Amino acid sequence: MNVNFFIPTLFAVVFAPLILGIINRTKAFFGGRCGQPLLQLYYDLFKLLRKGATYSKTTTYIFRLGPMVGLVCALLATTLVPFGSQRPFISFSGDILLFAYLLGLMRFFTVIAALDTGSSFEGMGAAREVHFSALAEVAFFLGLISLVKITSFASFSEIYSTSFANLWDMKSIEMILIGSSFLIVLLTENARIPVDDPNTHLELTMIHEVMVLDHSGPDFAFILYGSALKLWVLGSVFVQTFWPIRSGCVYLDVLFAFLSMIVLGVIIGIVESTMARLRLLRVPQLLVAGAALSTVALVLTMR
Amino acid sequence: MEQLINIMMVVILLTNLLLLGSSRLGTCIPALGFQGILLGLMLPVLLLSPEGISIHTLILVLISIPLRGLLFPWILFRIVKKTNIRREIEPFISYPVSIFLGMLALVLAFWMSSRLAGTPIPSLHPLMLPVAFYTILVGLILIVSRKLAINQVLGYIVLENGMYVLGIAFAGEVHLLLELGVLMDVFVAVFVMSIAIYRISREFSHIDVNQLQNLKD
Repeated sequence: MNVNFFIPTLFAVVFAPLILGIINRTKAFFGGRCGQPLLQLYYDLFKLLRKGATYSKTTTYIFRLGPMVGLVCALLATTLVPFGSQRPFISFSGDILLFAYLLGLMRFFTVIAALDTGSSFEGMGAAREVHFSALAEVAFFLGLISLVKITSFASFSEIYSTSFANLWDMKSIEMILIGSSFLIVLLTENARIPVDDPNTHLELTMIHEVMVLDHSGPDFAFILYGSALKLWVLGSVFVQTFWPIRSGCVYLDVLFAFLSMIVLGVIIGIVESTMARLRLLRVPQLLVAGAALSTVALVLTMR
Repeated sequence: MEQLINIMMVVILLTNLLLLGSSRLGTCIPALGFQGILLGLMLPVLLLSPEGISIHTLILVLISIPLRGLLFPWILFRIVKKTNIRREIEPFISYPVSIFLGMLALVLAFWMSSRLAGTPIPSLHPLMLPVAFYTILVGLILIVSRKLAINQVLGYIVLENGMYVLGIAFAGEVHLLLELGVLMDVFVAVFVMSIAIYRISREFSHIDVNQLQNLKD
């Protein structure tokens, strides 16, 4: 058995919280602050894992199940996405659908765990999350369909195979459109700034944070880690689409992909520092625009 | 060169989507001007490859780019300033829905041009017909879905831009006089409409076409 297949998962598992640290440091730099340590999320995770969890009396087993299922889904998703030119652990024709639905299942469990608390505040967040991600999924799927149409493969490892970089010469417009639409999906799905502000707590405008307010201790650690993994996998899909550089050597490609993930963290940080959060009513418009970009790409590939 | 034209075509598609999805006139009007400049540059870029640019095309470009790219936006910005209306709050069709309609129109435009592909039409570029149809459809959507008179002028200009692309797609280099005549017509139309909007806004203190059906003594 080739150990290399575990490289994408290993990188995701080890380095996913680092990207959030990089985003935070970039934001701190723009704000003229020192910022929290790069490894802050690791410290937070260890701290939370050592604590005990508190459960409200109104909650049922679904509330306890939510974070675990979410983490497992995110971990499974990391085994599907290639990193650099390294093939992932699991790869079959149609695994892009499994990937999208794993993220969907993760969201579903976060949402029903939030509804299970019986708090109207969390219900509101759940409603928003479902509303926005339903629109984001359209953009994501249309982008994936155009990728499948361009490469005529339906699995991540074959789509992003060594010849993918050549596509940029022939189909650069389509790739730019798909990439931009993936960026919008990435920011939406991970509750980053134009859609949701990860720093606001207890505000009536927040979406993702509000759903996880009642989780504590190890459960909250699972949720934080799961969302870091989600950012990592969606980010690596985006990075692979947007700047796929293939050197020929697998390890160099992996190293390059890792560097591009760090660049992606800086980019997200810059977006967050320079943009204001959109008004809630304007968010669907952004997502529909993302779907429209994917549609343009799809129609261009179909002709 | 091929890639450059492709990019220009796609950018025209995207400016159309922007026009459909943006409520602020401060975004829409520059987007329209940008589209006009791209349209003006299209003909010389298309004709560059076979045999240099004729004096014909040069005159047309020198007139159409300042007209579409600078004069129309300037006139529209003047109306915005005079009427003091910066954005449309509640159109007949909301913005996400109009982007969605725009997506349907895009598919329709590509379908229509694929139907035409069999007929012997001398088309300079495969993307020209769909872009032309799409721009016309977007102009129509803008005209019927917006309440503000200024947005309808905007839709009219977009519609006319689509006609222009369609003209290039079918006939290539149209006769100079004919093209200049069309440009003149559009210019006069926009000019008259802007004066009319200004008058309406002075008389009724709004430019909502929905309310224009009520007669006033």
